[in-house]
Amino acid sequence: MTPALEVRGLRAGRVLVNDLSFTVGSGETLVLLGRSGSGKTTTLKLINRLLEPTAGEVHLAGERAADLPVTRLRRRIGYVIQEIGLFPHFTVERNVGLVPRLEGWPPARTAERVRELLDLVGLDPRQFSTRYPHQLSGGQRQRVGVARALAADPPLLLLDEPFGALDPITRVELQREFRTLEGRLGKGVVFVTHDVREGLLLGTRIGLMHEGRLAFLGTPDEFRSSDHPECQAFMSAA
Amino acid sequence: MNLVQFYAEHSGEVLGLIGQHLYLVAISTSVAIAVGLPVGIALTRRPRWRGPVLGLANVVQTIPSLALFGFLIPLPLIGGIGARTAVVALVLYGLLPIVRNTYTGITGVDPAVREAGRGMGMTDRQLLLMVDLPLALGVILAGVRIATVVNVGTATIAAAIGAGGLGVYIFRGVAMVNDALILAGALPAALMALAADGLLGLAERRLAWRPK
Repeated sequence: MTPALEVRGLRAGRVLVNDLSFTVGSGETLVLLGRSGSGKTTTLKLINRLLEPTAGEVHLAGERAADLPVTRLRRRIGYVIQEIGLFPHFTVERNVGLVPRLEGWPPARTAERVRELLDLVGLDPRQFSTRYPHQLSGGQRQRVGVARALAADPPLLLLDEPFGALDPITRVELQREFRTLEGRLGKGVVFVTHDVREGLLLGTRIGLMHEGRLAFLGTPDEFRSSDHPECQAFMSAA
Repeated sequence: MNLVQFYAEHSGEVLGLIGQHLYLVAISTSVAIAVGLPVGIALTRRPRWRGPVLGLANVVQTIPSLALFGFLIPLPLIGGIGARTAVVALVLYGLLPIVRNTYTGITGVDPAVREAGRGMGMTDRQLLLMVDLPLALGVILAGVRIATVVNVGTATIAAAIGAGGLGVYIFRGVAMVNDALILAGALPAALMALAADGLLGLAERRLAWRPK
């Protein structure tokens, strides 16, 4: 089966990201773990072409990302950032339905999809559809952010520290829910975090980034027992 | 001669001058918006032009209005005596607040919101129309309001180069040392500025997005 994402020899700048290769299958969550400035976020932006790689290739569900028009590529990749970036002047419904609307779905189908997704992320559509982002709590906002990323049923999700700005209790709550969600979605997920506990909880595989390179790539168990010094540094911080 | 009596006797002339005044302000502000909005948007895409363009607009703003009208008279095509020259000057004065506020409004949009829009696959045009302009609208309208109110005042000077408007009474009153005549021009001009300020302020509150 074609992997949701295949990255080969990816490079940006001289050292930002260097010679990165990995694949993410459908239903699989690759956690990119690393310190600040290790190139995690840059990697995500190279995948959805918010940054252009200087070398290497990205394949999305078998298609070469560089061959797709950049807007088409991005509409096929769900993207969630820590600051969420909900459109403050759109209701929850319009926020979630954005990509379907850009893609020209009929309004009825978009509305149906929005209801379905709000249910999926645990927000009652009747209660939340017409609210504006400033009327939501941080946790509710990030649920909307995840629903929005899933709207057009993309094969791949990119999440950049999505729970980083939440209070510890809400964070754990959303981590647990996301863990159950992962399995049901059957999408490829790349999840960036610097929180090793979060990474071990949510990842089917861990990719440890260090100075722009993938220093380690393996299952959470392999990560725990790795003798790589950077892995051990992270494990001792957990 | 008191003001009420004056207006009663010259009602036709007064209405004509008010009409001319409104015409000068409406045309010049419309052109200033039509030019200033795209320029302001362009500056957000080409930040390197920001210094020179805003600097130039600032310099224009510092030229005393009477002097600017005078400078424009000898110019071919846009110059000469009359309303056309006055409109050119008023457009130049109106540009700065509109360009600056358009630029400031758009650059003030939360970068995370723009990144999300871009990351979700909005085209530049969609990002502009669906995100940048709606979120910057309040600041842009504030610039339009400033430009309009300033131009209602500046348009009184346009009478000096034969463009008509309420300045006609003011200049005539100054020449004749007649306070009532000065007031006959100044009062409607002031009311017009207040009305423009009020109406555009209302539009700002009604149209611009803000957390309720």
